[in-house]
Amino acid sequence: MKRFFASWFLFVLLASLVVLQATAAAQPAQKNVILATTTSTQDSGLLDVLIPMFEKKTGYFVKTIAVGSGQAMAMGAKGEADVLLVHSQAAEKKFMADGNGVERRIVMHNDFIIVGPPSDPARIKGTKKATDAFKKIAASGSIFTSRGDNSGTHAKEKDIWKTAGVKYEGEKWYQQTGLGMGQTLAVAAEKKTYTLADRGTYLALKKGLGLDILVEGDGILLNVYHVIEVNPKKWPKANFAGGKAFADFMVSKEAQAVIKTFGVEKFGSPLFFPDAGKKEEALGI
Amino acid sequence: MTTILGAKNLNVIRGGSLLVDVRDMEIFEGETLSLIGPNGAGKTTLLQALSYLMKPSAGQILFRGQAVGTNQRVLEYRRKLAMVFQEPLLFDTTVIGNVMSGLKIRGVGASEARRIVEPQLERFGIAHLRDRSARTLSGGEAQRTSLARAFAISPEILFLDEPFAALDPPTRESIVTDLEKVLAETKTTTIMATHDRNEALRLSDRIAVMEGGRIAQIDRPAVVMNRPVDEFVASFVGTETILEGEVRDTNETALIVGVNGSEIEVVGRGRIGEKVVLCIRPENVTLAIPDGTVKTSARNAFRGRIGRIVPLGLFHKVEIACGFALVAYVTTHALEDLSLKEGNEIAASVKATAIHVIRKSGA
Amino acid sequence: MDIILEGILKAFILLVTFDREVLGITWFSLKVSGTATFISLFFGMSVGTVVALTQFPGRKFVVSLINTGMALPPVVVGLFVTIFLWRNGPLGFLEILYTPAAMILAQAIIATPIVTGISLAAMQQLPRKMRLQILALGATRLQMVRILIREARLPLLAAVMAGFGGVISEVGASIMVGGNIKGYTRVLTTATVMETSRGNFDIAIALGIILLLFAYAINLVLTYVQQRERPR
Repeated sequence: MKRFFASWFLFVLLASLVVLQATAAAQPAQKNVILATTTSTQDSGLLDVLIPMFEKKTGYFVKTIAVGSGQAMAMGAKGEADVLLVHSQAAEKKFMADGNGVERRIVMHNDFIIVGPPSDPARIKGTKKATDAFKKIAASGSIFTSRGDNSGTHAKEKDIWKTAGVKYEGEKWYQQTGLGMGQTLAVAAEKKTYTLADRGTYLALKKGLGLDILVEGDGILLNVYHVIEVNPKKWPKANFAGGKAFADFMVSKEAQAVIKTFGVEKFGSPLFFPDAGKKEEALGI
Repeated sequence: MTTILGAKNLNVIRGGSLLVDVRDMEIFEGETLSLIGPNGAGKTTLLQALSYLMKPSAGQILFRGQAVGTNQRVLEYRRKLAMVFQEPLLFDTTVIGNVMSGLKIRGVGASEARRIVEPQLERFGIAHLRDRSARTLSGGEAQRTSLARAFAISPEILFLDEPFAALDPPTRESIVTDLEKVLAETKTTTIMATHDRNEALRLSDRIAVMEGGRIAQIDRPAVVMNRPVDEFVASFVGTETILEGEVRDTNETALIVGVNGSEIEVVGRGRIGEKVVLCIRPENVTLAIPDGTVKTSARNAFRGRIGRIVPLGLFHKVEIACGFALVAYVTTHALEDLSLKEGNEIAASVKATAIHVIRKSGA
Repeated sequence: MDIILEGILKAFILLVTFDREVLGITWFSLKVSGTATFISLFFGMSVGTVVALTQFPGRKFVVSLINTGMALPPVVVGLFVTIFLWRNGPLGFLEILYTPAAMILAQAIIATPIVTGISLAAMQQLPRKMRLQILALGATRLQMVRILIREARLPLLAAVMAGFGGVISEVGASIMVGGNIKGYTRVLTTATVMETSRGNFDIAIALGIILLLFAYAINLVLTYVQQRERPR
C-alpha cells in the first residue's frame, strides 16, 4: 500500500509542476519586463495610462511590482527587476555607485506638501521654508503623523527633519503609522494632525479629507523620479532590452506630454511635472 | 466429517507477546464451534488469524487443505468467509444498502444484489427496515443487519466475535433464536467467540476453551462441561466445587477418594495414593433436611452447615461446609421448601457418577 | 459608519452594472483559489488518509508536523516561495514569479496542510474495527480506502471548505508571488489592499463585501451537500 501511494504521490507532484510550467509558458520570457516601482507611484494612477501605451507600442508585457521604495531598490540590486522607477535620491545614488544600474535618467517630479488641520495650531501656514515649518511643529508640540515605512515620502520627511536639526525620534508628538500614503492621510485627518504628503495622493483624496495645504513650493519638497535600467553585466538574466525600451519610453516626447497633463481633468492641476533631459541643479534641489 | 479449516503450529506475536499458540486445530464443515475463555485468552486474535485478517507470525492456515497465503490467495479466501463483530459497524447508508455491500464489493450489479438480499432481510426480520438509515437503528436491529450482510454473500465459514455481548437479554434471545434457525437451514460452518456459556452450549456442536493463547480443551459441550481436562477449564465452565484429594481405595468401577478427612466415592480409575482433583457441578448436588427420612440413591451423603446463600437470578448458590467446601444450586422454590437459611444444618448428597475426576498427572 | 454604507452601496453598484474589472478580478480569484484547493485536495486527502490508517515509526511526529502546518502563516509561505522563484533562485528557471501559476503554487502550499490535518482527523474518527469489517467483507485495499472515504465524507467536505476558505481570503502570499498586476495577477484580496492604500475606502469595502458574498455562496453549496446527508 505504501508503494502505491508513494508512486501516485510522485505522479501528482510531477503533473502539478507540468501544469504550472504550461500555464506560465504562455508568456515568452523576453516579452516580460519587470518594473519595480513604489506604491505611491502606482496609487497616483499615472502608470495605468502610460503602461498600456507602452505595451501597445512595443508589444512588451510590463509587470508592475509596486512595493515600498526600499524593496524596489533591493529587487533591482538583486537582479529581480529589469527597470526601476523610483524617487529616493540617496538610495539611487548608492545603487548606481554599486554598479547595479546602467543609466539614471530624470523623468518627472512632483512635490510634497505639508498638510494639517485648518485650525493650524502650530501656525505654519504660508511658511516659505519647510524646515522652518517643521521646527514650528516640534516647538508647539502639535502631533505630526509620519508614514514611518521607509518609503520615498518617509525618506524625504526624515531628510527635512535632519536638515532642520530637530529631534523627532521618540518624541511624544511624533507618531508613525507604517502605512501607505492614502491611509496615513486618513489617519492624520481623523486625528487632526500634521503630515507630509505627495501632492498627487492628497489631491486624489482631498474631497472629504478635511486637511488643508499649509506649506508648499520649497525646493526641498521636490520629489524627483528617475528611471534606471538594471545592469545586465551584473545580472545576465535581466531583460535589458525591455528595460531600456521602457526607460526610453518614459523620457520620450509622447510620455512626457501625457505626464504634463495627467490629473488636470480630474483635479484641476497636474499631479506631475515632466523633466526629461533637464539637469538636476536646474530644479533647485 | 470433512475438515474445512485447519491451523498448524499457529503463532501470533504482537508487541513482543505471544497472543496465540495453537499447535493443531481442525474445524469440521457444517459445525458450530464456540471459543470460550476469559478476557485476554486470545479468542479474538485466534478468530482474526483464522480469517487471515491478521497475518500469523508463524504457522499455517489451511482452507480445504490449501495453505492460505501460499497456494490459496488471501483475497480469494477472505471472500469465502464473513465476520460479524460485537459492534454492528454498519455503513452510513440504508439497511438494504448495508446488506448489499458485500455483494457490491464482489462486483455484483445493483439490481441483482437487491434480488439476492431480499430473502436475507426476511430471514433476519428486518425487511420492514429496508430503506431506513443505518444510523436510526436500535442495537438489535443493527446487529441483525450486520448478520444479514454477512449471510448475503453465502459465506463458507462464518466468524462471530462476541456478536451479542452488547445486547440486552430479550433482544439477545430473539436474535440467537433467529440465528439458530438460519444456521440449521444453511448448515454454515460457524466459529464463534463468546463469554456467554449458555449461548455456547445452546448453539455449539463443539466448544474450545482458551487460556493464555492456547486451547485447553476442545470437545463436545457435554464433555467439556462434565469432564473438564484441568482445573482451569473446570472453573471456567462453571464447576463450582473443585476438591483436591488422594485415592484411598479402588475397585473395578469406583474409587474412594479422601478429601480433608471425608471420603467420597467416584466412578473412575486410579491408583491408591494417587493425587486427584474432583469436580462437582453445583446442579448435581441434592439438598435435604437432615432428619434421616429422605433417602436418595446417592452413596455420598454429607452433613454440614450452610455458609453463604447467594441469589443468582433464577436460582441460588448455597455454600456448605461439610468437612470440605461444597457448592449447590437450588431453585427459589426449593429454598423456601427446605427453609434454607445461613447457619442451618443441611444434608447434601451427590451421585458418584456425577463427580468428575482429574488425575493430577495430567491424563 | 457612513463609509461602510457607502461601501455596501458601491458593492451593489459594481455588481449590478457588471463592472468589467471587478467581475474579472472576482472570476480570476475564484479560478486561482479553486485550482489551488483542488491541488491541495489531492495531496491533503491522500496523505491524511495514509497517516490516519497506517502505523509507522515517527508517526506522532508527522501528525504534529501536519497540525503545525495548519497554522503556517501564509505570508511566510509567500516569502519562501518568492525566494525560490526568483530569477536567481533555485526554481528561477521555471520563470513563474509574478504569474498566476505562482499564486496557485503558493495557495496550494497554504491549503494543503489544512486539508491534510482535517482529513487526518476525519479518517481517524472512524471506528477502529471498521477497517477489519470492510476487509472481512472481501474488499481489496483500494476498495477499503474508497469505502472509508465515503464513510468520512462529511468531515472531508469540511476539509475542502476549510482549505478553500483559507486561500480565497489570503493576501500576503498572493501579493508577494503575484505582484498584484492589473488584469493579470490581481485578486479581490490584493485589490482590496491596494485600494485601501490609495485611500479609496469605499471601493476597498465593496471588494471585501463581494469577496464575502462569493465565498458565502460557494460554502452554501458545499454545506448544503454536506448537511443533506444528516440523519432524518
